[in-house]
Amino acid sequence: MLIKRPQIGAISENEVTPESIYLSRRSVLKALGIVAASGVALNARGGVFDDLLGGDKPASEAPRSPLPYTKDNQTHGLILTPENKVTSHNNYYEFGTDKTDPAANSQHLKTQPWTLTVEGEVEQPGTIDLWEMIHTSALEERIYRMRCVEAWSMVIPWLGVELGSILKKFKPTSRAKYVAFETLYDPEQMPGQKSRRIGGGIQYPYVEGLRIDEAMHPLTLLSVGLYGKTLPPQNGAPVRLVVPWKYGFKGIKSIVKIRLMETQPPTTWNLLAPNEYGFYANVNPNVDHPRWSQASERFIGPGGPFSSTRQKTLMFNGYEEAVASLYAGMDLRKFY
Amino acid sequence: MMTFRPGAKTALTLRILVHICAVLPLLWLFWAIPKGVFGGDPVKELIHFLGIGTLRLLLLTLCISPLAKMLKFGQLLKLRRPLGLWCFAWAALHFYVWLALDLTFEWSLIGEELVKRTYILVGFSALLLLLALAVTSIPKLMRKMGRNWKKLHNYIYLVALLGCLHYWWSLKSGWVSPAGYTCFTLYLLWLRREKFGINLHQKSLPSASLSKDFVQSHSSNP
Repeated sequence: MLIKRPQIGAISENEVTPESIYLSRRSVLKALGIVAASGVALNARGGVFDDLLGGDKPASEAPRSPLPYTKDNQTHGLILTPENKVTSHNNYYEFGTDKTDPAANSQHLKTQPWTLTVEGEVEQPGTIDLWEMIHTSALEERIYRMRCVEAWSMVIPWLGVELGSILKKFKPTSRAKYVAFETLYDPEQMPGQKSRRIGGGIQYPYVEGLRIDEAMHPLTLLSVGLYGKTLPPQNGAPVRLVVPWKYGFKGIKSIVKIRLMETQPPTTWNLLAPNEYGFYANVNPNVDHPRWSQASERFIGPGGPFSSTRQKTLMFNGYEEAVASLYAGMDLRKFY
Repeated sequence: MMTFRPGAKTALTLRILVHICAVLPLLWLFWAIPKGVFGGDPVKELIHFLGIGTLRLLLLTLCISPLAKMLKFGQLLKLRRPLGLWCFAWAALHFYVWLALDLTFEWSLIGEELVKRTYILVGFSALLLLLALAVTSIPKLMRKMGRNWKKLHNYIYLVALLGCLHYWWSLKSGWVSPAGYTCFTLYLLWLRREKFGINLHQKSLPSASLSKDFVQSHSSNP
């Protein structure tokens, strides 16, 4: 399939730094005794703490299996966020509102078996046995920027299939104008759904939505893994949405239901604070969040805990060439 | 409670305890951050940790005089100065981490955020007030300022309210925790309702204010 993904010039032209190189950097530091000898300076730069950070894992971490996939060769010179940062800095309010809560509280999440229901404006509504899908689909790696609405960002190597290819199997009708998604609702497993205090007072189940053309866009991914393995629970196991040109909260996690609709579906953050979070939530450096600027972002990349750097936020998160036409003629200040 | 007769020695022990309790969490960070307790990217969590710590120290400072009154333990009032200064230190660190690690010293962005984002402006105002209180806590200056010192330091109540507002406003969602802090702050203010009543009275009777202020600033129950 011909997928034109945009060239990204704003970042260095280096190849993606493979994880093995960080690992070897860490071992060099370790060998030099830098880790043990150094104190913490608030503006410490570089990989001083990598070693210690990488070694800290929750006591009973959910197992992740390696998955076969075709590599993403269009890396655009992006530098990957190390895996241990991708899996220990998460927003997943079902497991608590602190960034470390999801990794700490989600490891017991039961992800097998998992059924995904597809219903609504389709000719053949039905269900997907997720693990069968994972084992029978040709999974692709997609190295995408991830821009959180809170003005931090990562670069993550996802594994998954194009959402469009899945939806087509259920034959959407001509009335299918939108796609609604829903996260698992299980307060016994998700403490945030049980307690307003833990769950940050948002409505559950978490719901999200896309316009049908956004859902069918080749960049939109139904992700089942990252860094070569199945998703950890804190990142939305076993299946989540990844829409790289939108703010991260559009990437709904642990999806159990997909419903095609004629009308625009409600979305969780928009219900909570409509003046702060729109339905579209396209990354846009020109439209600020009422409480902070969206013009730049803190990129969480390789290095020690304080090595993040501030960079300009790109229109549509750098995917402008691929997606701008979806919004031709729309006032993006109004439809934020 | 009636038989509790704490002396200067107890007060000194408590003072040392205050210093230890205020500095220990900061030292703990040196262990916790490399260990990954704050996750792969500790910046947001660290800012929040320091902010909540500031608010707790502030409320603890405001607990002292009601406690001293209740326990009839005037020496306890000596804890207000170290607690207040630690509160300022935590607030300054909270602000510094935001400047240095979140906004990475991008001054144009910092300026813009300070002016445009009301909740940040609220927090910054509280910090400036705390700075004024910290600077004037030098004993020499305290004596020199006389009555004005008291007036200035009454702004601590405004700082507490601004702190709660700043916290509440900064959250993406949820209200339980900030509501708790706000209620406790209001309770501490309510304990001082007489004081605010007196101050109001003073405004209408300027001639009487001198003697009253004199009494107030020399009593151990502000």
